[in-house]
Amino acid sequence: MGILEWATSPWGQRVPIHIAWFLIWVSLIAGLVFLVVHAIYVRYFAKAKKFAGTIPPELNDRLPERIARHSLTARLFHWVMAAAMFVLLFTAFLPKVGVQFDWVTYHWIAGIVLTASVIFHIVHASFFLDFWSIWPDKVDLQDSWKRVQRFFGRAASLPRRSGKYPLDNKLYHGVIILCGFAVILTGIFMMFRVRTGIFPRNPYLFGDMTWGLMYVLHGLAGVGLIALVVVHVYFAIRPEKLPITYSMIFGTMKRDFYLHEHDPERWVVSPNPPSRESRGLADAD
Amino acid sequence: MAVIRDVMPAFELLQPTSTAEAQTALQQHGADGWVLAGGLDSFDWLKDRIKKPKAVIDLSGVEELKGIRETSEGLEIGAMTTLTEVAQHPLVKEKYGVLAQAAALVASPQIRNQGTIGGNVSQDTRCWYYRAGWPCYRAGGNICYADTPVGRNREHAILGADRCVAVNPSDTAPALIALDAKFVVRTRKGESAVDAEDYFVGPEVDITRLTMLQPGDLLTAIRIPSTWADATFYFEKVRDRNVWDFPLLNVASAIKLSGDTIEQARLSVNAAAARPLRLKRVEDAIRGQQRNAQTGEMAGKLAVEGAVPLTFNAYKIPLMRNLVKRSITGVQEVAWAS
Repeated sequence: MGILEWATSPWGQRVPIHIAWFLIWVSLIAGLVFLVVHAIYVRYFAKAKKFAGTIPPELNDRLPERIARHSLTARLFHWVMAAAMFVLLFTAFLPKVGVQFDWVTYHWIAGIVLTASVIFHIVHASFFLDFWSIWPDKVDLQDSWKRVQRFFGRAASLPRRSGKYPLDNKLYHGVIILCGFAVILTGIFMMFRVRTGIFPRNPYLFGDMTWGLMYVLHGLAGVGLIALVVVHVYFAIRPEKLPITYSMIFGTMKRDFYLHEHDPERWVVSPNPPSRESRGLADAD
Repeated sequence: MAVIRDVMPAFELLQPTSTAEAQTALQQHGADGWVLAGGLDSFDWLKDRIKKPKAVIDLSGVEELKGIRETSEGLEIGAMTTLTEVAQHPLVKEKYGVLAQAAALVASPQIRNQGTIGGNVSQDTRCWYYRAGWPCYRAGGNICYADTPVGRNREHAILGADRCVAVNPSDTAPALIALDAKFVVRTRKGESAVDAEDYFVGPEVDITRLTMLQPGDLLTAIRIPSTWADATFYFEKVRDRNVWDFPLLNVASAIKLSGDTIEQARLSVNAAAARPLRLKRVEDAIRGQQRNAQTGEMAGKLAVEGAVPLTFNAYKIPLMRNLVKRSITGVQEVAWAS
């Protein structure tokens, strides 16, 4: 049983046509296994978090009670993207597992919403937010190495607190970028195969092999997103992550959580209490 | 594709003698099982070695699936009843003439002697790209070879196309929709009677099937209610040659008149889309109208709204418009008006 479905084109060429649909279940199960294993690890084996350095007590007084984390614009992007992603996943895979409905139109419309929101996010993050805050930096790599050493019982100094985004968050973002770009780029080309009223239909835009690989890449990234979304939702509802989830809904997190988890030098927060306007602009972003 | 005719792939032949046995066999083999009714669609697939089922369940020995019975609610036709029987049955001819006409226009006498009504409504599309074994959407692939700039699509869909542009080739299906027939389907969950138009599915819902039947399911009978018995019927089939051919388009109507006023109507066309289309909007629009050329004209225009021609089948739009017009007014009325 291969992971790809193959067919013979009218010209006798053996071409891939799409992924094998059992991969839907593989991805879903992988996501669920991950969360079960992680939940067991955290519950029974994980040690309490320890960080290097101490937080100056005066910082507690200087900072507002609630720390602005996500601007309204950033939150809107996140939830629009999430809605589009769920529509895309359900419309893509429910018909493949036997739930039949008219899915194509909903799928490509959700795809356009996702594409538009991602383009907006790229511009917004590049020019209006701290672009580099989501990318792994040297300190992240040094600290992750320390964590690995300590996990295996070797002597290593304590890691620092994270910046605005912890390394696992950054890595997740990186994987989502890869999968997201793969489904978006292939999806845009695949719209030339269906009647959308946006692009003129042109099934001859590419050769059979290129089209086949495009469908395969779209499928692989799509099933990959199943596991990624499962993992994302899991972390969003984990008790220790709820302040972060709360900040994605309401925009702010408690000062205590900020001081406990984040390094004020790596995620610099304005000491002034955030007004409505500044919360909206979210300078910390 | 290499076509190796007359050398069918090996399969296990099962010949049940009851519906229960047939259903058990079908459910045992699931997607590897193949229902054989009259064999006219099946043997093409098997001899071309495009479909290679592991088991063929031959229903010809199941007597309870054969015959036409009058019931308190109308008529019940067993799925294995031949098209000749349907076309020649006195009760069908007398009360449900549109079905007799439709059955009589299927293919050729020999094919009608062998072909069944269950097979006629459940047969696969005749799109030659698909039937030649090309890896199109309907075959599980990612392209429609007919809907390309040079694809040969003279016989394909003008309505309801969604990636695949194949059409349903059944002649009896629109007549059964016009008669408000119910299709009795046995599934793993039990027996249910579905409206004729719901028995068929378009590519937007399932691109690999023309009917709601899933592996293991069996169409056992078709029930025709007496609601439309003795109505004014019309059936017309347009094809390239007058015998032994699939429809380029066909139309069926059942109309209840009060004088010249249309009280109720049911209309359906086939070979315009992947499923026979019930023209609900047309039915609503003509209700209460005079049955004349003007109403027919309006109905014809309404019927083709939204039609999208492919490279070689634009002729189907005026053809469908005129067939719908004639299905309301009759041929004579159209001739007088034109």
